[in-house]
Formats: sequence, structure tokens, C-alpha cells
Amino acid sequence: MSKQSFSALSLIWRGLSRHRGWQKQWRKPEPRASYDAIIVGGGGHGLGAAYYLAKEHGLTNIAVLEKGWIGGGNTGRNTTIIRSNYLFNESAALYDHSLKLWESLAQVLNYNVMFSPRGVMMLAHTVHDVQVSKRHVHANRCNGVDNEWLEPAQAKEFCPPLNIEDNIRYPVLGAALQRRGGTARHDAVAWGYARAADALGVDIIENCEVTGIRRDASGVTALETTRGVIQSRKVGVSAAGHTSVILGMAGVKLPLESFPLQALVSEPIKPIFPCVVMSNTIHAYISQSDKGELVIGAGTDAYTSYTQRGALHINTHTLDAICELFPNFRRLRMLRNWGGIVDVTPDRSPIIAKTPVPGLYVNCGWGTGGFKATPGSAHVFAWTIARDEPHPINAPFTIERFRDGTLIDEAAAAAVAH
Amino acid sequence: MLLIPCPYCGERPEIEFTHGGQAHLVRPVQPADLDDEQWAQFLYMRTNTKGVHAERWRHARGCGRFFNALRDTTTDHFLAVYKSGEAPPAA
Repeated sequence: MSKQSFSALSLIWRGLSRHRGWQKQWRKPEPRASYDAIIVGGGGHGLGAAYYLAKEHGLTNIAVLEKGWIGGGNTGRNTTIIRSNYLFNESAALYDHSLKLWESLAQVLNYNVMFSPRGVMMLAHTVHDVQVSKRHVHANRCNGVDNEWLEPAQAKEFCPPLNIEDNIRYPVLGAALQRRGGTARHDAVAWGYARAADALGVDIIENCEVTGIRRDASGVTALETTRGVIQSRKVGVSAAGHTSVILGMAGVKLPLESFPLQALVSEPIKPIFPCVVMSNTIHAYISQSDKGELVIGAGTDAYTSYTQRGALHINTHTLDAICELFPNFRRLRMLRNWGGIVDVTPDRSPIIAKTPVPGLYVNCGWGTGGFKATPGSAHVFAWTIARDEPHPINAPFTIERFRDGTLIDEAAAAAVAH
Repeated sequence: MLLIPCPYCGERPEIEFTHGGQAHLVRPVQPADLDDEQWAQFLYMRTNTKGVHAERWRHARGCGRFFNALRDTTTDHFLAVYKSGEAPPAA
């Protein structure tokens, strides 16, 4: 099917002709009786996996099932930070694969995902922080991932609103800066992948909740859904906080716990904040959206929950840190806050793997940091589903690593402790 | 913020408590007898229940004692609290 191509000229032309004649960006098909592969979960990771299955593996008789609306889960709820400065080799390979895909994603999808490599600066507040940050910088550079150490004055130069006075509780002693990191427009990522996948023939089926997984001796045979039974021998689950629920339908238990994670935005203001700033020690991360809102991430709540809301004191804890680091934001009012449900593994690294059930694949455990990995995760997950074996990049990210003791323990190396 | 009914102290705000995860996980008496699969099950695999979940809490900044609770993870309502070592009540 033909789809309209976006360009500056087409935008001007449509604008001058009163925006008539725009096509729908994707179809709303009824589910077919059977597909060659089904992706459960219409977030960025799931839609991306469908796109790469169709684009790179020639599987076009596929569907994405979404219980709500696409991009309405964690894809639309996160703080859109993109970086790849992870400590361990396995993580650096996975996240940098993703970052490289981000750099050309708008061109590849012909959809403006507004990727903005404005730099991600991670602050150090203690001697220990300084040592760990420098270790990160060196480890990253050994892996070909850009990261550099900044002294406080250099950090202030890169991010003028930053308070580098030494009279605060946790003064800034320096920062690690990944210049290739930044942000993207979260909704556009879901919409861009949906549009591109739809153009390749992928059925995107919203309001379709999976209620059961049928199996026989050879593996998965069909999914029971709120819109009927749909046959498929290959099912990829990309359901974030609800992964345990879905995999439980097939009798597969995972090392996951689901927690609420919150974010909040301020009232919109003129451009003041040129980059992304994160602080592990005092728990803050902040950037400014193109609408002008300051986008602030809070931590996870202490208890597991599926409520998509969290406690206020988690947010105020983060705002305490923001106000100390950026005193000129103290009078800003917060406009909205919300929560999503994140699935957290014991080592805080994801699982992108085959399951013990043949034909059933899982992409989960992204915890508090899955958005940045969207293109890379989707790309290697599609490979895993199509070939029934992992891509070399996701080969270490198995379920069995918890049995075999080959953890990828980014928990001790996370940007923000959750 | 949740109000959590400590069985020893009554309702107190959530910030007085720490969450201890899934309840009734019993440490194997002879860990050396377990194979890697069984050990991983004990250490890492969790029910992650959507619905009524039996979990441990500790009133860390109060009486300091551990107890168990049944909480609905779709609403965060506490349905029952009971002492460590007791069987969960019918929710």
C-alpha cells in the first residue's frame, strides 16, 4: 500500500492547502484468524520489533496486539532520555547499538522522532562518585562509547542553570558527559514505528487484550484474546510491567517484580535547559521538552504494584534535589505527574530471549530505563523471533543467566539508583 | 502515601515501613542439596502477582518488627495483616 512521504515540501504544501488530504497513519484492521508471528504489546519495543520483522526478516503476515492504545503505556510515560554509557561490555554493546539506530531513525522511518543529541551529563557529588564516574568514562571509551569527564566549572559551562557552589549538602564535584546522548519524542517513536510497520502490511490491533496462551507439545499454538482466538506459532511478548502476567498464562515464571515509577513536568517556560542532567546520589534527572516543560523523573515506589500511580513523597524527594541543584527552578509550579509500571530484574539488566516454551519469546526487564533502548531492543528481538536464536548482542540477556550466575549487574552501576 | 496497619502499632504512614517482597519464601534447610535451577527459583523467581499478594513488611521506623500482609496490587488496598510465621488468612 502507498503511504504519504513526509518532507519539508509536503508539510508546506499541506499547510497551504488547509491540511486537507492527510492520510491516516495506520489502518485499524480486524484481527485475522492466524498470523505467522504475533507481538504482544504495542509500545515502542513491540511496534519496533514488528517493523524489523517485516523490514529485515520478510515476515509480513504479523500482528501487534495492544490491550489499550499504542504508545499508551511506558512509551508515553517515560522521561525520554537516551544514552549508552553503561559500564559492562554486554550493556554497552546493546545500548550503543540502540543509540546508533536512534541517530538515523527519523530518516529510516520517514517520521520525525525528534531525536536530539543534546548531551547527557551525570553528576558526581562525593569522592566515591568521582571515582565511579571516571571508571565509567574509561570503561565506555574502551568500548568505543563516548563519555568524558568534566570539572565543575566545565559542567556549569555546559549547563548554565547548574549550581556548583560548595555550600549545598551535596556539592557538584564534577560530571561525566555523553555528548551523543539526549532525548527524543516518545509518542513519535510509537507512531513512527506503527506507521512504518503498517505500510509493510503489519496489522496493529488495539483494544485487544491477551487472556490466555494455548500450547501443544511442540510449543505455542494460539492466543486467546478479548477479540477472539488468534492462531500463531511464534509469539513475542513485549509487555513491560505486565510481562509476568502474560508469561504466567504459559506457565513461565520470571525473575521480575513490577513497581510504579513516576515522572512529572513543570509548567512550560522559555528555553533555559540545554541538556539532560542526572544525579544518582541525590536522585534527580531533568531535561526540558520542546514544549518548554521541565521533564523530571522520580524514583520507584518501595512496593510492587500494578496501579500506574505512586506516592507523592517519592516526587517531593526528587524535587528537593532539583531545587538544590537548580535554585532558579524553586518557584516553578509542577503541572502534572503520573506513573507507569516497570518490570525490574534482580541485576537491573533486561531479558531478550527465548523462553522454555518453543515459539514463545520475551523482551522484558527494562526496569526504569527502557525507552533509550527502543530501536536496538526491537531490532535484536525481531532477529531472535525470526531466527529462533539470539542476535550476538542479546545473547547474554537470557533468563538462564540467573540460574548460571552470569548476571550483568548494572544494578551496582546504574545511572540513578531505584 | 499508604497508611499501613502494623499488627503491633496500628495504622502508620508508609514512610515508617520497608517493603520486604514476596512472603512465605522459605530458605532451603540444606542449600547444598539444591541444584542451580532450584537455587535460582529460591533466589530470583517471583510470582509478581497482579491481584492479592502476600508480602512481607517491616515497621522499620516504628516497632522494628516484621509482619506479613495481603495487599491487592491492582488497588494497593491492604486486605489483611498477620504475624510472621502465621498462615495467610483467607482474603
